[in-house]
Amino acid sequence: MSTETIDLKTRLIADFHAREAVMNGEASSEFHQKKRAGLARFEKLGFPTIKNEEWKYSNVKDLISVSYEFNAQSSIGLAELEDLKVPKQDANILYFVNGIFNAGLSTIISPVEEITISSLGDAYKNNPSLVSSFFNELTADSEDAFTALNTAFAQDGVFINIPDNKSVALPIILRFVSDARSSNVGSQPRNIIAVGKNSHVKVAEAFRTLGGQRSFTNSVTEIHVAEEANVQYYKVQNESENAYHVGTTQVRMRDRSHFYAGTVTLNGKFTRNNLNIILDGEHCDAHMYGLYFPDGTQHVDNHTVADHCKPNSESNELYKGILRDKSKGVFNGKIFVRPDAQKTNAFQSCKNIVLSPEASMNTKPQLEIFADDVKCSHGTTTGQIDEEALFYMRSRGISRPEAMSLLMFAFCADVVSQIKIDSIREYLENVIIQKLASK
Amino acid sequence: MLSINDLRASIEGKEILKGINLEVKPGEVHAIMGPNGSGKSTLASVLAGREEYEVTSGNVIFEGKDILEMAPEERAAEGIFLAFQYPVEIPGVTTINFLKTAVNEIRKYKGESPLDAAQFLKMVREKAKLVSMNDSLLKRALNEGFSGGEKKRNEIFQMAVLEPKLAILDETDSGLDIDALRIVAEGVNSLRSPERATIVVTHYQRLLDYIVPDFVHVLYKGRIVKSGPKELALELEEKGYDWIKAEVEAVG
Repeated sequence: MSTETIDLKTRLIADFHAREAVMNGEASSEFHQKKRAGLARFEKLGFPTIKNEEWKYSNVKDLISVSYEFNAQSSIGLAELEDLKVPKQDANILYFVNGIFNAGLSTIISPVEEITISSLGDAYKNNPSLVSSFFNELTADSEDAFTALNTAFAQDGVFINIPDNKSVALPIILRFVSDARSSNVGSQPRNIIAVGKNSHVKVAEAFRTLGGQRSFTNSVTEIHVAEEANVQYYKVQNESENAYHVGTTQVRMRDRSHFYAGTVTLNGKFTRNNLNIILDGEHCDAHMYGLYFPDGTQHVDNHTVADHCKPNSESNELYKGILRDKSKGVFNGKIFVRPDAQKTNAFQSCKNIVLSPEASMNTKPQLEIFADDVKCSHGTTTGQIDEEALFYMRSRGISRPEAMSLLMFAFCADVVSQIKIDSIREYLENVIIQKLASK
Repeated sequence: MLSINDLRASIEGKEILKGINLEVKPGEVHAIMGPNGSGKSTLASVLAGREEYEVTSGNVIFEGKDILEMAPEERAAEGIFLAFQYPVEIPGVTTINFLKTAVNEIRKYKGESPLDAAQFLKMVREKAKLVSMNDSLLKRALNEGFSGGEKKRNEIFQMAVLEPKLAILDETDSGLDIDALRIVAEGVNSLRSPERATIVVTHYQRLLDYIVPDFVHVLYKGRIVKSGPKELALELEEKGYDWIKAEVEAVG
């Protein structure tokens, strides 16, 4: 009877073994061995509870209380996905519906000399040893149960490989769509982005849920940033009132490389983003921008890590949030400065506007510094809208709601303006304007 | 145009304005002077609708309507403009975008259609010349990182764009050097017309060398204790406020 009484962990583990039983020779592959190790790790760790310090303010009980159909079939067409319009000639666009690459919807136009872009599934078929070597390389030691779970079930996602000295002219936009119109759906996209020496690229992940059933997305992206490379990476979440999202972006930077992350969460029932950047090189700079704008009973948790391993690098972080209604926000920003990482500059700031007495924000900067010649600073503010600014605007004839909208839009603009893919930035501006007008 | 009758206002339970009476007719310039703490800025703030002040009695009739029940934005739309003593810095909102929103909100209030981008820009460029505001300031975030002089010039520029019927200048001269003062005053004077009135709130007489008032009122301890022609300002400049204080104390 009932599968409903079996918990999600047990069910997932059983699923894994059932699939493995029909794999024939592939079960002994390097790729599958890594997945099996992921499963073992997930089995050991289990889903986190709020007793786990990393999950203290984010309870996944609700998320794991139901079952999900993973990689479900969907007949979704472009007409249903017109919210984010990108002119075809302006970007490579890859669609993943319920976690599976949809070639029919996608457009890959950058020349192959410049970049290899394909689904992880196709990439593995073409070059299993290359994909296997990148797979889970950056996340092998992760203590995060969701990352281990993703590793165990990795099936599709994007594989991007850029040779040295290439400047990829067109951005890559990855659209992850959960089609939750008829059932609870789950997906576990796994993305690998390897950027060669002195190469430049812009990649965006955009998550969207259609339909009113539940969706559960557990995504992992591994980004290899080689020497002198420049990577702009954006993650945009505009999901449904019933969307649960846990995601990890794991980045490793080499000497003199540059990495920019923009993480914008506009809608979703429960969102947890982990952004872990290992500055494993000298003279690197990492930039993290984040914006979250929950309302209703939405919950948004951003955990970031800037891990300085070598000397002379810089990390710079700005997260901003507007919280309405009964929403909850969490920010945890860790900065590690390892003993070798002298002359590190690390800056962190988290600013929040809480617009309702029932909304709340938990912020926790966490600095662990083991070198002595470093410059580190952090600051968090949580407040209301500036009444003096509001009066100034009203005294010029601008109504209170309009003045609030302008001020909040400006508050968001610090982060949104950092997004250097025009269509993504304009999309975000539109969603923000609509959200501001909705109350 | 403006009729203030027995206006009393307090903040945090402390009465600041203790019965102000003032009549302003179209075309007039009234200077309100007085020592520090006399209630000058409070009067300006109450007229603009600052919500921290509680009006405990009296009324303020502007163009036939009691404005005390109106929100600050409604007063602005009716034609009242306050040039702030300390203009607020608003990061992320450009001066031009701010003003476009203001102009169109006021037009909406009056039932007029919004200006399109081209019409608005043309109008703004003309007004910017009046106070020597250059384009780069217009594109920057409102008052952010502006010098004291630039902020005050921006106030007068906004006034030129919004074309209020009644302009209230709150200590617009404070923090200005003589050149900036002249530019600001020229901007104000160029907007003078038989239909418009101006209230100049100032501690010093020097602004009144440039913006010549029709009437000078001395505010002291929350009341207008003396009114006179423009020469009164010169007398105050020469003799200070002590003789006024002495007069008031003698009567009181």
